Amino acid sequence: MLSIEELRVEVGGKTILKNVNMEIPDGETHILFGPNGSGKTSLMMTLMGFSGYKIIHGKITFKGEDITSMPIHERARLGIGVSFQRPPTINGLKTRSIIEICKKNPSMDIEELAEQLNFTDFLDRDVNHNFSGGEIKRSELLQLLAQQPDLILLDEPESGVDLESIVLIGDTINTLMRRGIKYPEYRPHKEIVEDRSKSALVITHTGYILDYITADKGQVLYNGVLCCSRNAREILKWIREYGYEECVRCAI
Amino acid sequence: MRDIDTTGDINLEDYKVDAEDHEYVDELSKIESTDTEQLLDVGIDTSESDRSGTFIQKDKSIIHCKTRQDGIELMSISEGLEKHEWLKDYLWKSISPGTDKFTSQVMKKPHEGYFIRSLPGVKVEKPVQSCLYMAKEGFSQNVHNIVIAEEGSELHIITGCATASHVMSGLHIGVSEFYVKKGAKLTFTMIHDWGEKINVRPRSAIHVEEGGVIISNYILLKPVGSLQMFPVAYLDGKGAVATFNSILIAGRGTHMDVGSRIVLGAADSRAEIISRAITTGGTIIARGDLTGKVAGIKAHLECKGLILNDGLMHAIPELRGYVPGVEMSHEAAVGKIDQREIEYLMARGLDEDEAVSTIVRGFLNVDIKGLPAGLKKKLDIAISETQNDMM
Repeated sequence: MLSIEELRVEVGGKTILKNVNMEIPDGETHILFGPNGSGKTSLMMTLMGFSGYKIIHGKITFKGEDITSMPIHERARLGIGVSFQRPPTINGLKTRSIIEICKKNPSMDIEELAEQLNFTDFLDRDVNHNFSGGEIKRSELLQLLAQQPDLILLDEPESGVDLESIVLIGDTINTLMRRGIKYPEYRPHKEIVEDRSKSALVITHTGYILDYITADKGQVLYNGVLCCSRNAREILKWIREYGYEECVRCAI
Repeated sequence: MRDIDTTGDINLEDYKVDAEDHEYVDELSKIESTDTEQLLDVGIDTSESDRSGTFIQKDKSIIHCKTRQDGIELMSISEGLEKHEWLKDYLWKSISPGTDKFTSQVMKKPHEGYFIRSLPGVKVEKPVQSCLYMAKEGFSQNVHNIVIAEEGSELHIITGCATASHVMSGLHIGVSEFYVKKGAKLTFTMIHDWGEKINVRPRSAIHVEEGGVIISNYILLKPVGSLQMFPVAYLDGKGAVATFNSILIAGRGTHMDVGSRIVLGAADSRAEIISRAITTGGTIIARGDLTGKVAGIKAHLECKGLILNDGLMHAIPELRGYVPGVEMSHEAAVGKIDQREIEYLMARGLDEDEAVSTIVRGFLNVDIKGLPAGLKKKLDIAISETQNDMM
C-alpha cells in the first residue's frame, strides 16, 4: 500500500527526518511511537504533501504510484486520508459542507454518518470553530468516514479526548479499517475482515489508543530515524517501563 | 505601499444637474431590456411576484411606482410632501443640509427620491423594492429618501442602485432619513452596482424608538470609482436594536470608505456591526463606530478583511463608552487566506482553486437575514471573478 524509501525531510532549513524507510502492506495497521518533537507529525504531513515539508532525498510510493511530488488533492483522491491533530478553523464553512466535500459516494447519508459519531448537533457549526479536543477528533473521523480512504493517517487520535469518547473513537477507527465488530447486521463478520484493502498509520505518543484498536506492527521514530520495528504492544510495554530513553540506545 | 487617498475630492461643477425626462412605464416588463439587466443585478424582481411594491427612478424621473399591498405608502418624495403636510417635519430632521457640500447639493438641486411608509401595526410580508438608476452620462443624481416604519409595523426594503452600462462617469448623492417608531422593525437591504468611474456619496441617518429594530445590509460586489458613506443610527428608545452587515469586494481602481456609527443612547439598546471585505487591488477603509452613552447597553463590532492580491485594507473599529456599565467589544482582522486552510481542504480532495473559493465563500457567508434569493448566485459569480483577479 505505502512504501517510504530513504526519506530525508527538511522543515525551515532544519533536517527533521533523516532517513526513514517504511513499508505498510495492504490491510495492515501500523503504530508510530515517538517522543514529542521526534518528527512523527512531520512524517505524516510529508506523506500528505503539505507545504513547508521539503523532501531532500527519498521516495514515497502509494498503490505502486510515485507520489513524492504529487499535489495534496491528488493524493487525497488516490486514497490517502488524514485526521489532523490541530486542524484550522474555516469560518463560514459548515461542517456539513466539508463532509459533503469529502463524500466519496454521492448517496452517502451525512445525517446517518454523523449519528454514528454522535455529532449531529455540530453539522451546522463552522468547521472546527470552538471545537473541544474530542469534538475535533470526531469531526476529523466523520470526514474520513465520508472520504473512505484506503490509507488513513491518524495523528494522536486519543489526545484531548475524554474517556467516554475514546471508545467511540476507537470503534470508528475500527470501522474505517474494516476491523470493527459494530454493525454486523449489514454484512457477515467474515466478509468484513476478509476485505483487507484498508491500511493505517497511527501516530501516538502515549499509546493509549492501543486499548481500543488492533495493530499489526509498531515502530518508533526517534530523532528523525525509525529505530525500532516490532509488535506494537511489546514496544508500548518497553516505553511504559523505561520511557523513550531506551530508544536512544537502539538509535545509536 | 499605497496611501489612503483622501485627495480624491469631487468637484460638483463637473457634473450636470439636469437630465431628460423619461417616460412612465406601467408594467415593469415594458422597461427597456438593457435597463432590465442592470435592475436584475441589484436584486430587483421584475416579475414583482415576491414584492409588495416597486419604485424605480431613472435619472430624475420616476418611471414606475406601484404598491401591491394595503398598509404601505410608496411614492416619490415630492408626492409625499404634497400628500402629507406633516412630512416636511421629517425632511432634514436627522441630517442637516449643511453637513457637507453633497447634502447641500441635494437641498439646492433635488431630483426626487422615494417616500416609503408602513402604517401602524402593518406587517408587510414581502419586501418593497426600489431602484435609483442613472442612465445619463456625467449626471449628478441628487435624491432625498424618507422611510417611516410606524408603530408596531414591519417593513423590508430592498433597494438597488445602478448605472446603465454605457455610463462612464456620474455622481450619485442620496440623502436618506429613516424613522423606526416604537416596536417597529425595518430591514433595509441595499445592493450597489456602479460603473468604474462613478462616485457615490450616500448620506443616511436612522432614528429608532423604544423596542424598534433596524437591520441594515449593504452589499457592493462590483467596481466603483469611489464610495464614501457613514450612516449613523441613533437608538433613542429603551431596548432599541440595530444590526449593520456589509459585504464589500474592491477590485483594482476602486476606492471605498464605508462604515457606520451606532449611538446607543437608551437603556437596554443593543447594536452589532459586521463587515466582511475583500480587496483584489482596490482600497477599502472599513469603519465601525459604536458609541455607548448609557449603562446597560451591549454592542459588538466585527470587521474582517481579506487581501487577495494587493490593495489596501484599512480597518478602523472604534468604541466609545461614556459611562460605566456599557458592554462593548470589537474584533478586527486583516490578512490573506491561511495556507493551512487551503491545504486542509485539499487533503479532503479539492484542488487549490476549489479550496480557495470555498474559503472565500465561507468568509463572505455572514448570516444575513432577508437577502433576495438571487443574491447568493451573484455572490458566487463575484467570487469566481474575484478569483480571476487573483490569478
